Amino acid sequence: MADGIRVMALSAWFGQNRVLRNVFANMVPGAVTAIIGPSGCGKSTFIRCINRMHEVVPLARVDGRVLLNGEELYGPTVDPVVVRRRIGMVFQKPIPFPTMSIFDNVAAGLRLTGVRDRGRLHETVERALRQAALWDEVKDELAKSGASLSGGQQQRLCIARALAVEPEVLLMDEPCSALDPIATAKIEELIVELKRALTVVVVTHNMQQAARVSEWTGFFLLGELVEFGATRDLFTHPRDKRTEDYVTGRFG
Amino acid sequence: MTELARRRLYDRVMRGLAGAAAGVVILPLVLILIFLVYRGSAALNLDFFTHLPKPVGEPGGGMANAIVGTLILLAIASAVGLPLGIFGGLFLAESRGSRLPWLVRFLADVLNGVPSIVIGIFAYTLLVLPMRRFSALAGGIALGVIMIPIVLRTTEELVRLVPASLREAALALGVPEWKVILRIVLPTARAGIVTGAMVAIARVAGETAPLLFTAFGNRFWHQGIDQPIAALPIQIFAYAISPFEDWHRQAWAGALVLIAMVFCVSLVARTATRGLGRPTR
Repeated sequence: MADGIRVMALSAWFGQNRVLRNVFANMVPGAVTAIIGPSGCGKSTFIRCINRMHEVVPLARVDGRVLLNGEELYGPTVDPVVVRRRIGMVFQKPIPFPTMSIFDNVAAGLRLTGVRDRGRLHETVERALRQAALWDEVKDELAKSGASLSGGQQQRLCIARALAVEPEVLLMDEPCSALDPIATAKIEELIVELKRALTVVVVTHNMQQAARVSEWTGFFLLGELVEFGATRDLFTHPRDKRTEDYVTGRFG
Repeated sequence: MTELARRRLYDRVMRGLAGAAAGVVILPLVLILIFLVYRGSAALNLDFFTHLPKPVGEPGGGMANAIVGTLILLAIASAVGLPLGIFGGLFLAESRGSRLPWLVRFLADVLNGVPSIVIGIFAYTLLVLPMRRFSALAGGIALGVIMIPIVLRTTEELVRLVPASLREAALALGVPEWKVILRIVLPTARAGIVTGAMVAIARVAGETAPLLFTAFGNRFWHQGIDQPIAALPIQIFAYAISPFEDWHRQAWAGALVLIAMVFCVSLVARTATRGLGRPTR
């Protein structure tokens, strides 16, 4: 049953502070879902709840249900480590592991979960780097430090690292906000490419980016999912006044 | 005076003051080194590194046994102090609770302030008395206990410096938390932790007081870690307070060798950690 991610009655807190309120959403495979909204509206928290990264922060709490292809991710017997293997994540700032080479960075996910087979590691690293459109640029210098790459390359390295463990879903938390326009264009191309194989969710500050890459868009405001729908409809005929104000730039 | 000229003057004065402060800091070290080389090199020869001490009155002889003894004591101390310090520091940096880490941190700071002779008494009571003899083991453990708080606090500080984003990036790959700590966080902090460990080793290498009634000293080659063992600081102490001119010269040479050993340890630490952050393959 491949119906992607289904979020039901999701709420999240930092201590006493409620940052998500009763969110319902459905993110389908084979498409890109963009999450937009002003800073502090709960976008990042929302996707961090999907791969159970929210609870890593002290005093953070989650309530509600998240299903991946019909399976509960917050069930009492579910190990968050397993959830994170199935749902990969790319962060705002590119964060290659500083003590590792390019090869080791991409292989890290497999190695640290017990894969020793060199043939399989090499195969996976090449596949992941190709998938992240980085292979041609780094294939001759895999032993170099990941930190020696440019910002855009580092971000693609992080995408390759996430893809190497073959996740079913890829969450991206403002993956282009630290990059220049050319690197951004490359990542956007990549996002469109990736949706063929996985469910992709992208948080972005950039509404043009959401319009360019996504089929579905959700608009968050003050922890509430104000509107969720086909990207074209949401940008051209928003149903909610607040969405309209935001996408037309009349906000605040 | 124009505004710019005033700032230039101010800049020059401040530079001068900072430079002078730096000079004053290294001046004692330089003076000690010069004095040690001046007084110590007279008795320094190959025999010093290869021979046992000679009986009173006979010229020559060396401190080879004390040099080896100090190395053995440092090895035992490291075996005790490094694992406890490093894993304790990891615990402090990683634990979410507030009570137990607070207590451990507080006690470590207290331990750091305990005079080394008191730690010597502690080892004496706990090891020397039950074993009914002075031993390398007791001396090494006493030194190891002195190392624990130093290594513990440096490890904690450096593990805390590893950015949370790095930890999250590893967690998000579906890596269990303990592996993230051991394989990502610890290697990232490694350079600093190694430096901290070397500082601790250098610090205890020159400790004399806790060895006086644990390792005790020995005029022969070491005879097992359950036996009294020679150590450079003890030997230097014994020779320096002796009435013999020849022994005084040897004490100076011993001090020079001890400083050189500490210097080498620091140098090795620096070069060993310089390549870190570069690829591991």
